[in-house]
Amino acid sequence: MARITLAEIADRHESELLEEWLRLQKESLTSRRDLVSEEELRTDSRRLLSVLREAAGTEDIAKPVWARGRDLLSDLSRRRAVLGFTPSETAIFVFSLKQPLFERIAGATKDDSQQFMDLIWSASTLLDKLGLYTAEAFQKSREELIIRQQQERLELSTPVVELWNGVLAIPLIGTLDSNRTQVVMQNLLEAIVAKGANLAIIDITGVPTVDTMVAQHLLKTVAAARLMGAECIISGIRPQIAQTIIHIGVDLGNVVTKATLADAFQVALRKLNLSVAKLA
Amino acid sequence: MERIPILKLGDCLLVTIQVDMHDRLAMTLQDDLTERIVSQRARGVLIDISALDIVDSFIGRMLSNIAGMARILDADTVVVGMQPSVAITLVELGLSLPGIRTALNVDRGMALLAAARHSEDTAV
Repeated sequence: MARITLAEIADRHESELLEEWLRLQKESLTSRRDLVSEEELRTDSRRLLSVLREAAGTEDIAKPVWARGRDLLSDLSRRRAVLGFTPSETAIFVFSLKQPLFERIAGATKDDSQQFMDLIWSASTLLDKLGLYTAEAFQKSREELIIRQQQERLELSTPVVELWNGVLAIPLIGTLDSNRTQVVMQNLLEAIVAKGANLAIIDITGVPTVDTMVAQHLLKTVAAARLMGAECIISGIRPQIAQTIIHIGVDLGNVVTKATLADAFQVALRKLNLSVAKLA
Repeated sequence: MERIPILKLGDCLLVTIQVDMHDRLAMTLQDDLTERIVSQRARGVLIDISALDIVDSFIGRMLSNIAGMARILDADTVVVGMQPSVAITLVELGLSLPGIRTALNVDRGMALLAAARHSEDTAV
């Protein structure tokens, strides 16, 4: 019997493979049907089949001939990751091609069990590699997403607002670790220069716990602002926090501390020789 | 020989550091400044470091020394124009320049000196 290659099988039975593969994909995606359109499934599947026709002869998927295939799978992974798919759900895209492909191989090598074995083996290892590649690409894009989200959260959660001419307020939400402190210091100091501020109120109402590290970070920020000629007031000290600070023996130096932002603002006004008066 | 120029601004002296300081230059600056504080009866010294990207412990010590010498000669010192990145580095290194007053710019520095002097004079 004439030797036939995987690529030829993929080429000869393309439309049947496509339809059966799509059917199996849809079956396995029952819970996510609404997230991925038929269009998208069809386009992706057709693309992979055409890549298979070209490159099925090369076992090593790192080779250049597989570049288009790798790009397709990375892109698909990324799209599915963003939609909230699990790695398995995404890799099913590749693995569900096994059944239709094996059936076609069986049909084409009916009388040659050796060839049948060879082709099944190469098809299986190839699809396994592609499936694993898909799963890994998925992991990578999820990690990129997480890192990007962390960055955004970091930036979002350290805004600096101008309360009054020359008075800045920095409401801190969440824990203050050394990364965050860097961002806070930078934002604060740049705002001091930009607004020409000489007072900054750091409000820690949103900081859940204050331990020695957090206190050190706060004091560092105050010292940095002082070097730029701005005085800091720390506000939002909850009764619990006040107790903790004394118990752990943190020395806040001569930084003015107030329980509420309102009190801190009053102190700021007084330092600027301003007062709020009722209109006649 | 290079020297750092010292400008007179009212009854204050203004020094702008724009080049890399080395030992010789720092010594010369201290000599010139103390000289001028006495000869011009200056009550304040403004040191503008807005051109410096890096302030290391050497410069930190020099600033402290100048502030100390000026104090003995009855003049206040204010360091102005520190860049945010410099402030962060100093703080990270634990050199927060204690006892040295700072202001955002020369205007604020002058205002600070005037206010300090006023309260000193009226206290007596």
